[in-house]
Amino acid sequence: MLEATIKQQQPIPLEVQLECAAGEMLALVGPSGSGKTTVLRCIAGLHKPQQGLIRSQTIWFDSNHELNYSPQQRRVGMVFQNYALFPHLTVMQNIMLAMQTPQEHKVRALLEQVHLSGLESRFPSQLSGGQQQRVALARALARDPEVLLLDEPFSAVDKVTRRKLYLELHALRRQLSMPIILVTHDLDEAAMLADQMCVIHQGKTLQQGTVEDVLNRPQSLNVARLTDARNVFEGKIVLVEGQKKLQWCEQLLEIADTDFAVGSNVYWIIAPSKILLHQRRRPSRGEQENPVQAIIDDMITLRGITTVLMKVTGHNPLLIQMDIPEHVVERNQLQRGEHIGLSLLRNAIHLIEQ
Amino acid sequence: MDWQALEVSIKLALATSLSLLPIGLILAYSLARGRFRGKYLAEALITLPLVLPPTVLGYFLLVGMDSNSAAGKLFYSITGDNLAFSFSGLWFASIIYSLPFAVQPMLRALENIAPELREAAWCSGLSRWKTFIKIELPLAWPGILTGLILSFCHTLGEFGVVLMIGGNIAGETRTLSIAIYDSVLAFDQQQAMQMSLILLAIAVITVTAIYRFNHRLMRV
Repeated sequence: MLEATIKQQQPIPLEVQLECAAGEMLALVGPSGSGKTTVLRCIAGLHKPQQGLIRSQTIWFDSNHELNYSPQQRRVGMVFQNYALFPHLTVMQNIMLAMQTPQEHKVRALLEQVHLSGLESRFPSQLSGGQQQRVALARALARDPEVLLLDEPFSAVDKVTRRKLYLELHALRRQLSMPIILVTHDLDEAAMLADQMCVIHQGKTLQQGTVEDVLNRPQSLNVARLTDARNVFEGKIVLVEGQKKLQWCEQLLEIADTDFAVGSNVYWIIAPSKILLHQRRRPSRGEQENPVQAIIDDMITLRGITTVLMKVTGHNPLLIQMDIPEHVVERNQLQRGEHIGLSLLRNAIHLIEQ
Repeated sequence: MDWQALEVSIKLALATSLSLLPIGLILAYSLARGRFRGKYLAEALITLPLVLPPTVLGYFLLVGMDSNSAAGKLFYSITGDNLAFSFSGLWFASIIYSLPFAVQPMLRALENIAPELREAAWCSGLSRWKTFIKIELPLAWPGILTGLILSFCHTLGEFGVVLMIGGNIAGETRTLSIAIYDSVLAFDQQQAMQMSLILLAIAVITVTAIYRFNHRLMRV
């Protein structure tokens, strides 16, 4: 378990609290300059914050007791953004340097783990970006670290290699038992690899939770914006026949139980993947749940998923987005300008305080 | 051909460049990594011999080495000898005079090492000393070698400062450049040409060696 509470005013303000259980991967997400890398550097011991507590198996930093372990004492494995491989050393020597008792067979086992067998005697300049990333990962693991820190490890490789490395890291993770922290500004990357997500903005932790929670149930409009929530609308809680409902323009939407008081103005969001398309041939029961009529404005397909942009009838110019598999578009012969029926599933509607 | 002058020149250049290896490295490391007040002043002072006329530098050093000065008195109390007009005085002056030629290349080489490499070494468990020995020193080696060779060449061709500090004592302070000057004054063109060609050959060989070594070391 890794716990970190970090506070400082200079050189950049930070007010961050995060925790990551053993075997879990926590993604630190946020825009560039939000302080993600500084948080990672604080954990590694490369930057000393003014206040806070950083605890792994032992306490590494405690401002109250003026305790501050050096990076050498902390046993962290860190993969730097540009890998920071030692250019004058071979792959084997790069990894051996991080071992307390260097043993060749251990290096070979590590290289096998990261799919790099046979490249032991190469220099970093003789490796591709993806191979360099794997060496950096093997070097970080060579120290048998208590915590693994990954600072935007995929930013220096092309998209095709990146996809391959995602799958490899995903598989490697199952063999690792330490907390892993991944700094990234790519939400898809975080969603694909991490269990937990921590959103940081202007040096402050805005929300930490499971990836599903943070992406679909953001606690504030800021988090919703930072996590690229696409369907964000304004509404009002009203009481209809003894039941709380969400008034969205002229539409009354059913919602799950909520603590919001009747009369409160709220923001509400719904994930584009949680909107149900009314199929022409086979009507389903879900169609009776918050039915909405809309006109297709545009459709964009990427890797088999089509984002359908629609204008809700009567709510012009409000646009709502829905993600559906490409084959559903083809089967229903959806076209621009066409009228379609949707259901905004009540459990998928998430309310945010205004 | 004044072989004795050649011997003095090579002895002086070797002693100066080898002394400047640790001195230059310590100064360059402090300037590259240290955060202290007056850093710019320190850097400027080290670079000063590069822009000062050698006679001016030589004059100040001569005044500083005078038997009545603190340095001169201290040297006399230890060795029973005078610092001015001696090989030791010449050696000390050459260290000062060639300081920027050793420090600058070493400083640039250390500054060019990405900070992430040192941090990666620390995160790999290497102490600061081990990081210096195993990472920084090998990476800065081309710059260190350049500093070493440049200070050797520069000392070899020194004239103004040698004349001011050492005078012209055969076998002690009479270097090849002084011998060339003497030969020209005595209209001995043949000897002046011979000695000049030797200095030219040494300069060409060493400077070519710098480029060759650097090219080879940087290829990795």
